[in-house]
Amino acid sequence: MSTTTRRLAATALATALGASALTACGGGSGDGSAADGSGKPAQKTVTLVTHDSFAVTDAVLKEFEQQTGHTVKVLNSGDAGTALNQEILTKGSPRGDVFFGVDNTLLSRALDNGIFTPYEAKGLDAVKPEFVLDAQHRVTPVDSGDICVNYDKAYFADRKLAPPQTLDDLAKPEYKDLLVVENAATSSPGLSFLLATVGKYGDGGTSQGGASGGGWKDYWAKLKANGVEVVDGWEQAYNERFSGSAGGKKAKGDRPLVVSYASSPPVEVLYAEPQPAEAPTGVATGTCFRQTEFAGLLKGAKNEAGGKALIDFMIGKKFQEDMPLKMFVNPVVKDAQLPELFTKHGAVVEKPETVAPDAIAKNREQWVKTWTSLVVK
Amino acid sequence: MAVPLAFFGLFFAYPVAAIVGRGLKTDAGWQLGRIGDVLAEPGIAGVLWFTAWQALASTALTLLVALPAAYVFARLDFPGKQVLRAVVTIPFVLPTVVVGTAFLALVGRGGLTQELWGVRLDTTVWAILLAHVFFNYAVVVRTVGGLWAQLDPRQEEAARVLGAGRLAAWRQVTLPALAPAVAAAAVMVFLFTFTSFGVVQILGGPSYATLEVEVYRQTAQLLDLSTAAVLTLVQFAAVAGILAVHAWTVRRRETALRLVDPARTAHPPRGTGQRLLLGGVLLTVALLIVLPLGVLVERSFDTPGGYGTGYYEALSRAGSGGGTFLVPPLEAVRNSLEYALAATGIALLVGGLAAAALTRRAGPFVRGFDALLMLPLGVSAVTVGFGFLITLDEPPLDLRTSWLLVPLAQALVGVPFVVRTMLPVLRAVDERLREAAAVLGASPLRAWREVDLPLVRRALLIAAGFAFAVSLGEFGATVFIARADRPTLPVAVARLLGRAGDLNYGQAMALSTVLMLVCAAALLVLERLRPDKTSGEF
Amino acid sequence: MTLLELAGVSVRFGGRAAVDGVDLEVAEHETVCVLGPSGSGKSTLLRVVAGLQPVSEGRVLLGGADQARVPAHRRGVGLMFQDHQLFPHRDVGGNVAFGLRMQGASRAAQQARVAELLELVGLPGAGRRPVSSLSGGEQQRVALARALAPSPRLLMLDEPLGQLDRGLRERLVVELRELFTRLGTTVLAVTHDQGEAFALADRVVVMREGRIAQAGTPLEVWQRPASEFVARFLGFDNVVPATVSDGSAVTPWGEVPVPEDSPRGDHRLLVRPAGVRLAADGLACEVESRTFRGAHVALRLRPAGGPALEAECDLAGAPAPGDRVAVAFAPSEVVVIPASQAP
Repeated sequence: MSTTTRRLAATALATALGASALTACGGGSGDGSAADGSGKPAQKTVTLVTHDSFAVTDAVLKEFEQQTGHTVKVLNSGDAGTALNQEILTKGSPRGDVFFGVDNTLLSRALDNGIFTPYEAKGLDAVKPEFVLDAQHRVTPVDSGDICVNYDKAYFADRKLAPPQTLDDLAKPEYKDLLVVENAATSSPGLSFLLATVGKYGDGGTSQGGASGGGWKDYWAKLKANGVEVVDGWEQAYNERFSGSAGGKKAKGDRPLVVSYASSPPVEVLYAEPQPAEAPTGVATGTCFRQTEFAGLLKGAKNEAGGKALIDFMIGKKFQEDMPLKMFVNPVVKDAQLPELFTKHGAVVEKPETVAPDAIAKNREQWVKTWTSLVVK
Repeated sequence: MAVPLAFFGLFFAYPVAAIVGRGLKTDAGWQLGRIGDVLAEPGIAGVLWFTAWQALASTALTLLVALPAAYVFARLDFPGKQVLRAVVTIPFVLPTVVVGTAFLALVGRGGLTQELWGVRLDTTVWAILLAHVFFNYAVVVRTVGGLWAQLDPRQEEAARVLGAGRLAAWRQVTLPALAPAVAAAAVMVFLFTFTSFGVVQILGGPSYATLEVEVYRQTAQLLDLSTAAVLTLVQFAAVAGILAVHAWTVRRRETALRLVDPARTAHPPRGTGQRLLLGGVLLTVALLIVLPLGVLVERSFDTPGGYGTGYYEALSRAGSGGGTFLVPPLEAVRNSLEYALAATGIALLVGGLAAAALTRRAGPFVRGFDALLMLPLGVSAVTVGFGFLITLDEPPLDLRTSWLLVPLAQALVGVPFVVRTMLPVLRAVDERLREAAAVLGASPLRAWREVDLPLVRRALLIAAGFAFAVSLGEFGATVFIARADRPTLPVAVARLLGRAGDLNYGQAMALSTVLMLVCAAALLVLERLRPDKTSGEF
Repeated sequence: MTLLELAGVSVRFGGRAAVDGVDLEVAEHETVCVLGPSGSGKSTLLRVVAGLQPVSEGRVLLGGADQARVPAHRRGVGLMFQDHQLFPHRDVGGNVAFGLRMQGASRAAQQARVAELLELVGLPGAGRRPVSSLSGGEQQRVALARALAPSPRLLMLDEPLGQLDRGLRERLVVELRELFTRLGTTVLAVTHDQGEAFALADRVVVMREGRIAQAGTPLEVWQRPASEFVARFLGFDNVVPATVSDGSAVTPWGEVPVPEDSPRGDHRLLVRPAGVRLAADGLACEVESRTFRGAHVALRLRPAGGPALEAECDLAGAPAPGDRVAVAFAPSEVVVIPASQAP
């Protein structure tokens, strides 16, 4: 019996090797027909290049395909920064037709590099005007979300301590050694939180914590003195160090404050079994930075008509109302209904911090460098 | 020779050269002054220094810890050996984030070291070094142990009869014979740790940065291609230096050895020394590898309502809600296996041809090519990935969005393993055995099949195991390759971990466990492919 | 009919000629032994015939066909390697059957032939044994069976008995000789052991530094070594310069009688040990040592003048070391080696 199994396995392996040898040769000799993936009716395929967090309900996508006759191919291409940089590098010879996932921290870089064709989407009038940042309509806003400090409700309840609400609170002694943040140099939420402090305290001040107007550097000096912990990415911060998350509990995380998303509490409710009546975490609404994500029609798109239709669809009500439970972001159109999960467990962020995209583009690297030498080193 | 050369030219040299060129060349010509500028930046020298010394230290530590294990796996028989050999390879396939989690449970807050000795190693360089040992243990055990098992123990016995002590016999006879495999393993471990990314970040914290991290930041985050290009060149120089040292030290060492059937060299442990050694190795494996992996498994069953299979049940329901985000695990397993099989096939084809070509030729050109094959291990994944983008964009080679690019990129990392594991064994095959086959009527190809292949089959399977694991673990440039939504297991795990929620975390742990099982099962199947003993195949 | 013909074959490694202008013919059913010290190029010669070593000059013909463009695996010759080179990953049967498999023989035919050959070499039923369990003599037999199995038109043996102990070697030589005669195999063997060569061969070829020093039947070579080199290689050390005249020669040992047809003039002179006889009167010598060699005793004598002498005498009455004896020379055991032919 063992001989038979072995022979079968050997045959299977040999077949696999043979097959891949063939495909390897096909690739090596440059058989281009395979490269287009979905084959001949390229006109009818619209390719959406996006980051890894993109998600949509299949049925919603089906509806688009039925309405327009275009089949959607989604290419996930790393995190938001990586995906955009790849698009910039391949400018003029894009991998797809539409790019989704430029946020306001990256917007200027995208626009300066001219990777998008202007297109005023049908239905743009339904979008709340504060999100329309590019007058030339090279990009169309699709969603927005807030990066805020989350807190572990149980921790603060146990100690009869009020959770912090504002950035100023975080520097107070009662919250010493409680906050964990992400590295602004390598993590998107980390950068957003840094930008929140820039938005709030301005670019003045000195890193020496002098008597001057108290810019973001002074604030971070205080945070550092108050025991802020920096880890590399959101996964470590939230899943390892934050005491309010499932992973953090198992990993004996001891930080009840973490930089995360305003939508994290509803997500905690949605992905629990059984679903709790109340979210285990809360949002400090005075610590938020608002991110808006945009989509744009790529210059050199092979299926421009399909791309335009897809952008139209993305600001349509169907897609907008699908987003919250798939990507955990907020719609940008006026009439979209938020799911009950969000209205019940989500936080309302009245006054998020913002920084103008061109200021971000201009200063980002310097800010990150300064921040690194101030906080990490 | 032509196939491997073309493969490396097209999928490595050209993309990397293009992205470096893009960084250093502007309309005004080559900006070589940037090299000086970047190198003069404070911090860069520190990063380079840290990168190099932690890699050297990790390599030394890994050899120290894993060489006894290579002996134990090669020469001693004990129950569960095959399973354990597959288990030590598992760390290789796990996403770094998951490994970080597991490892923190060992050395971090509330981890084993703290509970036993009150020592916390996270955010220290020790955590980084230990994690590198954890990752690369299998590299040494498999590369060195593979050859060791086939060395004729009688030669060492001969030396002992001639009056050499046990250690002296080992040093005089076995070690020189093993040297090429040890050097190969050391170089691979060095390259892996030299380009270490996630481990350093997660366990060391943000204050530790390697060149790889800098290249990633400059390229993927800041799109500062000229700085990235300079750093890539620095990486190149360092890696080329190491490879040159390697080539120089082992050049004349790979000689014909007496290879025997590994099944006959292993025996149950004899005497206190061997039992102690076996015990020590088993304890190390248990503490360093099984324990962290066990933490993941434990967490995958640790549901809020007590231990249970809730997360696995949730996994099996995944995807029913629709959406492109969550993947049914079976589909992810299938995707992973398909990619891995394709990548293994390509790596075996390219690496096998390269190794065969390298066996029969000599000279500086061949040695250069030998080194070239190792380079992909030492060059940033992001450099290669971005290089693909700007080079493979024209028909007939518009592979940027093709699924094929994923196994091709994985094979790039797999090929050095295939070459490194096969070359020492191939070179050890006595040329006259081939001649014996030839005069008995075997054509060169047939002689290869009849003589070389059976003798290197073990090495081939080991190499295949590596290539497979490398691919299963989504190494290298694949992270930067856009792909139509066919998520593999590691991608699915990463997506789950990227979200809040108890169920997501639990499912990530459950899926990691599935990934471990898939890896272990695949490796065991590979090992079973070895036909028992020598019985004629006619 | 000539099966193998080498015509002016040279093999050069760098500047050194391992084989230098060798002409050699081997007839069908003939056993030819190439004899020479190590480094004389005899193994290279075999590799040339097998097609494993390209020639620098000259031609190799098998059955009249030039083999220049025929690769090793198509030459249909068998080669038994010095250290056997059995395939370690195959058992005895797998080794023996290898050539038959290459010929595409049916499995039944292979099995029958393997059984037949193992029987022939005295290892019946050993087919399943792993080669690593074989003793030196057994490996030797398996290597022979492997080489014979595909019925090569020419079987080549490289130091076939080199690694075996003396008793086994002597027995095997006889067995091999019988076997080759029975099978009618054409054999080209190389060895450095003259005993082996003379026992095995129909014809012996002595090589020195890549060239043929002498070729002939064992008897011819034994009786009339063509040069001092051949004589010394055959183990004859009683070689001295001599001036030959009618019926006798003047040597450092004094006057030595020579056969009648010997050439005259300044030559070399060989006295085989059997021709050095104890006599009442003759060359005075002191016995340096004596060695028992079965039926006779070998003596080493130190004469008053000239180099040492090897002599043989009967067991009975053999002198002891230190004894003083006198020796005379028997012309039938004296050979004059023409100086001009000495290479």
